[in-house]
Amino acid sequence: MKKYVCEPCGYVYDPEEGDPENGIDAGTPFEKLPDDWVCPVCGVGKDEFSLEE
Amino acid sequence: MNRTLRENIDWVGHVDWTVRDFHGYDTARGATYNAYLVRDDQTALIDAVKAPYADELLGSIAALTDLSGVKFVVCNHAEPDHAGGLPRVMAALPNAALVCDKKCATALSQHHDTTGWKMRIVATGDTISLGRRTLQFLETPMVHWPESMFTYVPEEKLLFSMDAFGQHYATSQRFDDEVPLGTVMEEAKIYYANIVMPFGKQVAALLKKTAGLDIGMIAPAHGVIWRKHIPVILEAYQNWADCRPKPKVLVIYDTMWDSTGRMARAILAGASQPGVEAQLIHIRHSSLTRIATEVLDAAAVAFGSSTLNQGLMPMAGAVLTYLKGLRPVGKVGFAFGSHGWSGGGPEAVNEYLRAMKWEVPREPLKAQYRPTPNVLDECRAVGGMLAEKAREMAADRKVGGRQCNEP
Ligand SMILES: [Fe+2]
Ligand SMILES: [Fe+2]
Ligand SMILES: [Zn+2]
Repeated sequence: MKKYVCEPCGYVYDPEEGDPENGIDAGTPFEKLPDDWVCPVCGVGKDEFSLEE
Repeated sequence: MNRTLRENIDWVGHVDWTVRDFHGYDTARGATYNAYLVRDDQTALIDAVKAPYADELLGSIAALTDLSGVKFVVCNHAEPDHAGGLPRVMAALPNAALVCDKKCATALSQHHDTTGWKMRIVATGDTISLGRRTLQFLETPMVHWPESMFTYVPEEKLLFSMDAFGQHYATSQRFDDEVPLGTVMEEAKIYYANIVMPFGKQVAALLKKTAGLDIGMIAPAHGVIWRKHIPVILEAYQNWADCRPKPKVLVIYDTMWDSTGRMARAILAGASQPGVEAQLIHIRHSSLTRIATEVLDAAAVAFGSSTLNQGLMPMAGAVLTYLKGLRPVGKVGFAFGSHGWSGGGPEAVNEYLRAMKWEVPREPLKAQYRPTPNVLDECRAVGGMLAEKAREMAADRKVGGRQCNEP
C-alpha cells in the first residue's frame, strides 16, 4: 500500500499504521480515508497530500 | 503615538528597534510584537510578546485597566516571539483563562510549564462574548504553524490575523496610512517570502474563507495595522499565493576566480531585454532573506556555482537549502558554473532545481577553468531564452500558476 506525504508539514501517512488516535484502523489505504480526515500533525486536509516518492 | 484601533481596543505590544537577526531572518528595519487589549464587560488580551518584554506588556495593560479584570488571554500562535511572554503574563493575571485551539494547548505545554493555567480550548466557529463585543475564532493550520489561528471581532469588523499580513518593521506609528506605503509593502513582501511562502496553498484557501468576512481593519502580530490599504495587501497575498510571477529573471551565483562570475554577467546581458527585469545577485554580497524575497516573484532563475571540492560553493549550498525549504513553485530554472579537474558544482545546483520541481529546459552549462567565447555566447543565448520565458509566464496567469493552488 502506498504512503502519502503531507506537503506543508512533512508527516507521512503509512496505511500499515493508519491513524488510530483519530479512529483510522491500521491497514486503511489513503484512498479510503474519510473526506473530513485531516493531517494529525498540522491539520490540513487530504488534498494537501501527495504520493511519497 | 496613537495606539487605539477602536474605542477601548488598544495596541499594547513592544517595538523592537534593535533586532537585526530574527532566527536568521535579516530584520533590517527591526520588528514589533503586537499584542492588543479589548476592554469590555470582560476584558481580553489578544496575544503576548517575546519573553523579555512581558513586564512592559503588563505595564501597558495596567495603564489601561485593572489586571484582575482581564478574563481571557487569546493565544493565536505558540511561537516564542508571541507566546514567550505568556508564563509571566498568566502569572500576573489572576482571573484570566488562556484561550487557544487544541494543537496550541499542546504546543504551549511543550514550551512552558502550563500546569495551573486555566485553559479554554476553542475551535473554528467558536465564539466568546465579552459583552458588547464577540471574539470569533478561525483556525488557520500551517499559516504558518499547525496551531495558528485568527480571531475576528464582527462588531468592529476587526481581524486579528497573527503572523499573516505582518511585516518586520519597527516604527512609532501603528497604522498603514501613517507610514510610506512602499516601505510597508516591501516589508510585507520580505515577510511573506521568508515566513509564509511554503504555505501558499493554505494562504489561498484562507483568503477564500476570509472573503466571507466583513473586514474593516486587519491587526497582524508584527508591524503596522492595515486600515486604509486592506485591498492592496489582500491582492498582494493573492498574487504571492498564486505564485504569479513578474517578468523577472534572476542570476544568482557564487564564484571563486570569477569564471562563474563571467558566465553570470553574460547571462544577465542576454536576459536584459525590454519589458524584463534582470537582476544579478552575488550570494556572498547578499543575504538569504533578500534572495528569497527576489525569488518570490521571479519567473526564471539562473543559478551558478563554481565547483569546490567536487561540489557546491558552501554559501550556494546554503541558499539552495533555504530555497528548497521555502518551496517556491512554478519557476523556470537553469544551472551553470565552472570547474577544474572534476565536475560537481553546476550538477549539484541542477539537482536542487529538479527537487523543487521547477521547469528545467536544458542541461547545466559548464566551463572548464575559464569560459571560452563560445561558452559566453551560449550564456547570452540562455539569458535571452529565460527573458522570453519570463515574459510569457508573466503574461499568462495559467502558466505561472500552473503548479500552484490547483488540486
Ligand atoms: Fe510565527
Ligand atoms: Fe511572529
Ligand atoms: Zn501535515
